Amino acid sequence: MNDHANESHDHHHEESFVSKYIFSLDHKMIGKQFLIYGLIMFIVGGGLALLFRWQLAWPDKPLPIIGVSQEYLDEGEVVSGADKMWEKWGEDDEENWFERTMHAGIIGPEFYNALFTMHATIMVFFVVVPLLVGAFGNFLIPLMIGTRDMAFPVLNMLSFWTSVLGAVIMMAGFLVPGGHAAAGWTGYAPLSSVPDFTGVYWGQNLWCIALIVMGVSSLMGSINYITTVINMRAPGMTYFRLPLVIWSLFIVAILLLLAFPVVASALALLLFDRMAGTSFFAAAGGGEPLLWQHLFWFFGHPEVYILILPGMGLASEMISVFSRKPIFGYKSMVWAMISIAFLSWVVWGHHMFQSGMNPALSMGFMTTTMLIAVPSAIKTFNWLGTLFRGSIRYTVPMLHSLAFVSMFVIGGLSGIYMANSPVDIHIHDTYYIVAHIHYVVFGGSVFALFGAIFYWFPKMFGRHMNATLGKIHFWLSFLAFNGVFFPMHILGVAGHRRRIHNPLDTDLRGPGGMEIQGINEFITICAFILGAAQIIMLVNVFWSMYKGRVAEQNPWHANTLEWQAPTPVPHGNFDQIPHVYHGPYEYSVPGADADWIPQTQADGEPSHGEPIPAGATAD
Amino acid sequence: MLKWLNFPEWLPENASTFGEGVDNLFVLIYWITAIVFIAVMAVLIGFMIKYRFKEGRKADYIEGSTTLEITWTAVTTVIVFGLAMLSLPQWNRLKIPSQFPSSPDDVLVQVSGKQFNWDMTYPGPDGKLGTDDDLTLENQLHVPVNKVVHVKLTSEDVIHSFFLPNMRVKQDALPGRTIDVWFDATKVGKYEIPCAELCGFGHSGMLGYLNVHTDDAYAKWVEEAWK
Ligand code: HEM
Ligand SMILES: [Cu+2]
Ligand SMILES: [Cu+2]
Repeated sequence: MNDHANESHDHHHEESFVSKYIFSLDHKMIGKQFLIYGLIMFIVGGGLALLFRWQLAWPDKPLPIIGVSQEYLDEGEVVSGADKMWEKWGEDDEENWFERTMHAGIIGPEFYNALFTMHATIMVFFVVVPLLVGAFGNFLIPLMIGTRDMAFPVLNMLSFWTSVLGAVIMMAGFLVPGGHAAAGWTGYAPLSSVPDFTGVYWGQNLWCIALIVMGVSSLMGSINYITTVINMRAPGMTYFRLPLVIWSLFIVAILLLLAFPVVASALALLLFDRMAGTSFFAAAGGGEPLLWQHLFWFFGHPEVYILILPGMGLASEMISVFSRKPIFGYKSMVWAMISIAFLSWVVWGHHMFQSGMNPALSMGFMTTTMLIAVPSAIKTFNWLGTLFRGSIRYTVPMLHSLAFVSMFVIGGLSGIYMANSPVDIHIHDTYYIVAHIHYVVFGGSVFALFGAIFYWFPKMFGRHMNATLGKIHFWLSFLAFNGVFFPMHILGVAGHRRRIHNPLDTDLRGPGGMEIQGINEFITICAFILGAAQIIMLVNVFWSMYKGRVAEQNPWHANTLEWQAPTPVPHGNFDQIPHVYHGPYEYSVPGADADWIPQTQADGEPSHGEPIPAGATAD
Repeated sequence: MLKWLNFPEWLPENASTFGEGVDNLFVLIYWITAIVFIAVMAVLIGFMIKYRFKEGRKADYIEGSTTLEITWTAVTTVIVFGLAMLSLPQWNRLKIPSQFPSSPDDVLVQVSGKQFNWDMTYPGPDGKLGTDDDLTLENQLHVPVNKVVHVKLTSEDVIHSFFLPNMRVKQDALPGRTIDVWFDATKVGKYEIPCAELCGFGHSGMLGYLNVHTDDAYAKWVEEAWK
């Protein structure tokens, strides 16, 4: 297919620390860099959420540890270190944003708005995309299509460091006077476009700039992914022999390539409005506030599918391997993803049903949105079909994949309510949507991601993660996740608005007039458990890198090409560019002596391995 | 326990004429999604138990089934299309101005969002907005029961959202534009009007009240207000 790929660069150049670990051109190292970077940002984003969850459960109470004591609040008596700190801080004459907006460790409304804005911004742009697309895209694409590296290694390295630059700019926003962006991750104009409406100046500007920089990084990545998949597949690796995860990443790269320019223009216009006195989005100057929403969601809806498609791909790999069965309906899985990709360009109006856009448009957007539920349903049924008559191994990655399927079902079904525009009237901008988002992105993408980290860890780091810790982390996360997000559905139906600083501002009631603040407290307690559970994951990742059980080359007895490469994978990946003879999911083929047939195994060749023994499946 | 799963029970009390139509759709979708969810979970858990790894049993090699693919694609498409069609009349009735009910008895009021209050402007005896006898109240909307109320919704600064949970009304208020909203309250009472769109640091506390009066009480309020 590609002669170029066959000339191995065998000559082993000496690598310095800098060229090996920092400005590495090796896709595997770049993938690992994205992994570490995404996990660090995950801690930041999660921490912000825990802060504002505290405020939602116990409004206007000082935070634990960093907030002042009750004695100090009541009597002004200094009894704790925090009391002393806030007292001293209060005496400073200099205007300090933190001092003003979280005085005494109580989260004020400005700080609250910055917290949820940055939580979502970080999770969407700096966690899920870098982890799913950055880490796994980089690590898996060349290995799974059977080539030595990405098409443009330097561009790849630049893509990583540009995204680090984006993150640094984004984080700097916390330190500027006026505080960080506080207009929501969707940044609706004119709240975001006129600084006086929020009192936020450089915070929002840096938010725009960081997102543009981040987008440039995604562009570099996506060009690379697309070129690599089109041009560098190993001989025999036809499109319909590509693993589903590669399909998903390929489609995501195309979506990113097309969606980013739209949001970049919108962000540039927003910056002009803020800094150059234009009024693209300000009605007062003849602009149009809804223009922002159209541009943002034209990008934003494809973006949410950018968040879920790789999760679907990753889960498909794991479900097939651990059911020891081919993916049910491989082609229909591919076509479902392709139709999701097309449809995702024509549904953006479902975010704007109540926005004041011409209500006659809703009919069209409602129909397309309902339609996009169809390929989602097809994928779900195919995953069920894959389990049917399988021989299911409950490994940690499989547990996560099954959680992915069930949580995605809930998220997809809750989407149907909102896709229905009359029903959306009531639940739009309530916690119902918060529940929906998290079922798809956390329950879906993040669970698939956890499973994937576990599954590919042996290939990435040459060692296994600890299965017991993995199972504890899984069950804690799964239960706490549902404890946090399921009750949000009923809060939303009861009319609990999203993005509010104090739920007690309105008199919300449940059935029979019951008080519902208790639900917020329950959610917050579960959120702290969920947060604590992630420490187990982090410990497991970092401990196993150095101390985990050494992994064999193909511990899961999987067919795809990355497992035919040596472990640890050398520079250049394969001793010899593999030749591909099969689709990726030839498990339990009748008559074969093993229950797996690697994609590299020619017909009639003796099998490479023994059936997977029961004991080996525990981790 | 069931209370936590019974979504429709959590809807705030409905007090508008069209609320029931919206709620019926909600309940319909609730039952469809509940049944689908239970069926999918039953199959998933059933398969997980039945087809778990057992010594000596090999998975069956099944690549898929075109019949099944066509069936579930078709069935899902029909269901979601059906839902879209069913909801169309409700949507048009609630949101498309040319289909709003209209009679000389209707009540007219202008509502304008501004950080962080609702300004309610009443047209006064002449029935026209923008004249000298207009009266503006902060956060208090007074309407008679069982009358169509036409709201001219706008905003002075950022986007707000006019949310009447008990009327099943939600409409964003846009600066520089006036959007027509209507409702017809069926129950006397005092209801909340929170702002549902993030509008700045005071968003959470941006709250007005809808006072639905009996005809007599409303007449009395009018008399007092324009004394
Ligand atoms: C079955 C498929 C789905 C349907 C029918 C659907 C429908 C919707 C609708 C109608 C809204 C807007 C609700 C409103 O603002 O009132 C929405 C919001 C949202 N959806 Fe979905 N959705 C689906 C799947 C997904 C997936 C797969 C993801 C992402 C992984 C996703 C992520 C989101 C997010 C992040 C929002 C909220 C955006 C915001 O306002 O902050 N959805 N969805
Ligand atoms: Cu969307
Ligand atoms: Cu508001």
